[in-house]
Amino acid sequence: MELNAKIPPGPLEQKWSYYKDHAKLVNPANRKKLDVIVVGTGLAGSAAAASLAEMGYKVKSFCFQDSARRAHSVAAQGGVNAAKNYKNDGDSVYRMFYDTLKGGDFRSREANVYRLAECSLALIDQAVAQGVPFGREYGGYLNNRSFGGVQVSRTFYSRGQTGQQLLLGAYQALIRQVSAKAISLYTRHEMLDLVVIDGKARGIIVRNLDTGEIERHAAHAVILATGGFGKIYYLSTLAMGCNASAIWRAHKKGAFMASPSWTQIHPTSLPQSGEYQSKLTLMSESLRNDGRIWVPLKQADNRKPNDIPEAERDYYLERRYPAFGNLAPRDISSRAAKERIDAGFGIGAQKNAVYLDFSKAIKEQGQDKIKEKYGNLFSMYRKITDIDAYSEPMMISPAAHFSMGGLWVDYELMTTIPGLFALGEANFADHGANRLGANSLLQACVDGYFIAPYTLSNYLSDEIKTGSIDTKHPEFEMAEAAVIEQLQKLSAINGNKTADYYHKKLGKLLYDHCGLSRNKSGLEYAISEIKLLRADFYQHLKVPGTPAEMNGELEKAGRVADYLEVAELMCYDALTREESCGAHFREEYQSPEGEAMRNDEKFCFVSAWAWTGLNQEPKLYPEPLVFENVALTVRSYK
Amino acid sequence: MKIYLKIWRQLNAGAEGKMINYEMDNVIPHMSFLEMMDTLNEKLILEGDRPVEFDHDCREGICGQCGLMINGRAHGPLKHTTTCQLHMREFKDGDTIYIEPFRAAGFPVKRDLKVDRSAFDRIIGAGGFVSVNTGQAPEANGIPIAHEIAESAFDSAACIGCGACVATCKNSSAALFTAAKISHLVKLPQGKVEAQKRALSMVAQMDAEQFGHCSNTESCEVECPQNISVLNIARMNWEFGKAAIFRK
Repeated sequence: MELNAKIPPGPLEQKWSYYKDHAKLVNPANRKKLDVIVVGTGLAGSAAAASLAEMGYKVKSFCFQDSARRAHSVAAQGGVNAAKNYKNDGDSVYRMFYDTLKGGDFRSREANVYRLAECSLALIDQAVAQGVPFGREYGGYLNNRSFGGVQVSRTFYSRGQTGQQLLLGAYQALIRQVSAKAISLYTRHEMLDLVVIDGKARGIIVRNLDTGEIERHAAHAVILATGGFGKIYYLSTLAMGCNASAIWRAHKKGAFMASPSWTQIHPTSLPQSGEYQSKLTLMSESLRNDGRIWVPLKQADNRKPNDIPEAERDYYLERRYPAFGNLAPRDISSRAAKERIDAGFGIGAQKNAVYLDFSKAIKEQGQDKIKEKYGNLFSMYRKITDIDAYSEPMMISPAAHFSMGGLWVDYELMTTIPGLFALGEANFADHGANRLGANSLLQACVDGYFIAPYTLSNYLSDEIKTGSIDTKHPEFEMAEAAVIEQLQKLSAINGNKTADYYHKKLGKLLYDHCGLSRNKSGLEYAISEIKLLRADFYQHLKVPGTPAEMNGELEKAGRVADYLEVAELMCYDALTREESCGAHFREEYQSPEGEAMRNDEKFCFVSAWAWTGLNQEPKLYPEPLVFENVALTVRSYK
Repeated sequence: MKIYLKIWRQLNAGAEGKMINYEMDNVIPHMSFLEMMDTLNEKLILEGDRPVEFDHDCREGICGQCGLMINGRAHGPLKHTTTCQLHMREFKDGDTIYIEPFRAAGFPVKRDLKVDRSAFDRIIGAGGFVSVNTGQAPEANGIPIAHEIAESAFDSAACIGCGACVATCKNSSAALFTAAKISHLVKLPQGKVEAQKRALSMVAQMDAEQFGHCSNTESCEVECPQNISVLNIARMNWEFGKAAIFRK
C-alpha cells in the first residue's frame, strides 16, 4: 500500500485555498440525509460536531465523561498561538509555520503546518465571538504573551485556564446544537470498536458506562477526536480516563498509526511522592520565564535548598544552553533534567526532582509582582505539596504529557480507512517530533472548526446516494459480538491483580525504556517484557462485578488491555528509528556534547504502522517528507 | 495514619443506600483524598468486595468531575478546593470521615458516590451560549472590551460545573451555577444581544430541573472551588427582572 498524503498542488501559501476552492460540496437539502459520528467532546470533537451540525449534517456525539464540558482540553493552562501580529513584533503566518516546523525537528509536513498557522487567525476571531474572555490590554485590545522556543509574542490566553475557556466556548456551541436537536449527545458512552463495511468506516460499537449496555451506531463518516494517550505511562499529566482505546481499535481495523512513540515529556510537573500516586500535576511552562532551574553540585546533597550556597548550585540549563537558558524547549529541558537525576544529583525524598527557584526574580521584581503573575500556580503548589514556593524553591520533574504520534492522516485528516477521520491530538500531523507550547489547543480547534467541515463535505459528497446504514449488517453483529466477548473474557479471568497493578508496571517499563531516552537493547528488552506482562494480565487480572452494570474497574481493564498492545508498537517505532529527533532521543545517536543527532538522509519520513495481528511484528510504511520551502537545519538553542 | 471511613453505598438510583464502615491503615499524609479512595478500592477488589464508584478525571481541579460531601462539606474541609486537590494531611490519625454523594433532587444518585449532573447541561442548553456559527465571526479586535470587563467576565466564566454550590445549599439551588453563565455572557458585548431571552429561559430551565430557590445564605460561594461570587446571583436576578419587565 502506497501512502498518499493528498497534498494539494500549487505554492505553499495557496494550497489550502486551492483545496477549499476545489473540494466537493453537499447541497443543504442533502446534508440532512447524511449521518456523522464524532467520538470525543474536547476541542476538536466539540468544534467539529457543532460546525457540522450548523451546516445541516445529522451528528451523533459521544464522550465517556459525565458531561461534554469535562474533556481533557479543559486542563490546558498556558494559551493558544495565532499569527495575528497584534504586537507588531514581526510575526507572520510564515514565521509561525517555520517555528512550528523547526520546533517539531522537521518531522512534519510543510503543507499541514502552513495550514495550521494560516487558520490560527480565524480561530481567535471565532473564540472571541463565542464569548471566550481572553486577556486584554487596558485599551480593550487583545493581549499576548510569549512562550518557549519562539522570538515573538503570539500566545492568547485566559489567565492560566485557556483550555477551559476555549473548551467552554466549543461546548456551548455543541450544546446549542443539542438543544436545536441537530446533535444527539451520548455522555458516559465509550467507543469499543469501529465498524468497517466494504472498506469504509460505517459506525461504532459503544458501551453505556452507566448501565453496561452495548449499542450500535451507524453513520456515513466517523470522526475520532479522542485525544492523546500519554496516560499509557500511568504517571502523566493527563486525566485518569484519557486512553488509546478508540484509536487503537480503529488501528486494529486497518487505520495506520504514525510515530506512536513520540511523546512529549513535560519538564515542569510535580514529582512523584509515593507508590500510591495516581497522576502528576503540571505546573505551567510560563514559570520558566522567571524561575531558575538547578540541582546541587554535589551528588546526594541532603541539605535544605536554602542552605546550599550559590557557589554549590548547578544551573545546568543556563550552563548548557546559554542562549535560551531556562526557556529551552520542552524536550531539551526534560532531557537535561533526566541527565542530572540519573547522574545522582536529583533532589527531594525520592531523588527524582530538580529545583525551580524564584528567589532571584523575587529579589529583583518583588514578591507582589511574582504573585500577580503566578499566584494561582503558587497556591496550587502549596495545596499539593504544603510548601511555600515564595520562600523555598519548587521541586519539579519531567512527566509524560502529549502524544505527537497518533492515527496517520492525510491532508484531509482522513485515516487509511476511507470515511474515518482523526482530529486533534488523536492524529499525527502537525507537531512533528516535538510540539511547541500553545500549539495543541490551536491544532485541536483548527482541525474541528475549519478543516473537518471542508474535508468531510468533500468525502460525504460521494455518499449522498448511499442511503441510511443498517445496524443489522453482519459487520455490526460481528463487531458487537467481539466487544461482548472481550468484556466477558476480562471479567472471567478472576485472578489476583488489579488493572492498576498492570498499568503501573507498564508505565514504569515505558518510562525506563521508551521515555525521555531510548536505546536498542532497552527497547528490545521492553518488547519482550511487555509480551510477558500481557500474558500475565490475561492470567491474573481481577475485575469485580459484571459487564452488564456500571463497572469502573472493567473500564480500566479494557483500556489497560489496549495499552499493553500500544506499548509494544511504541517500542518498535522507537527501535526502528535510528536517529534522534525532537522528543525521540536515541542514546546511540547523539553528539559528543549530548545533543540529538538527526539523520535526514535515512529517516526523513513519517513512520506509519499497519497492524498485522497480536504477537506479530507490525509492518512499517514510511511516508517520505518532502521539504520544498525550507532548508533542514540543526535545531540549536545554545 | 489510621482512618475510619463511613461511606455511602447505593447500588443504583432506585435502590436504598446506607453508610458502610471501612478502616484504612497506613494512610500517608501526602496522599490526595482520591488516592486514599484508590487505595481503599484496591483493597476491596482484592478482598472480593465491590469497589466504591466515585467520579473523578483530571485530578487537578479543573474538569469539575469529582465531588464528594466530606464530613458534611462539599469537597471537604478546605475552602475553594476541589475534592481531588484535598490531601490527607488535612486529617488526623484516628479521624472518622463521612463520605457521601452530592445530594439534590436535581442530582439523582447513579451508584455509590456518583450522581447525575446532566441537569447542568440542560441549563446551559437553554441559552448559555452566544448564537454564532463557525465562520460568522468578525475580526477579534473589532470590538474593544475594557480590561476590567474582560477580567470580570472571566471571573464568572471560571465555573467548572462541579455542583458543589447545589450540594451545599439547603435549598439545593443551582442559582450560582446558572448565574455565573448568565453574568459571564451578559458582561461581554458578544453576549448582550441575547441577554433577555437567555436570562428567562435559563432560569426557567433551572426551575424545571427541580433545583430550589436562592435564599441568600451565601454558602455556595464559600464552597465554590473557583470562588465564584454571589454577586453573580444578584446580576442574574437583575437581568431576569429586567427581561421579565421588558419582554417582547
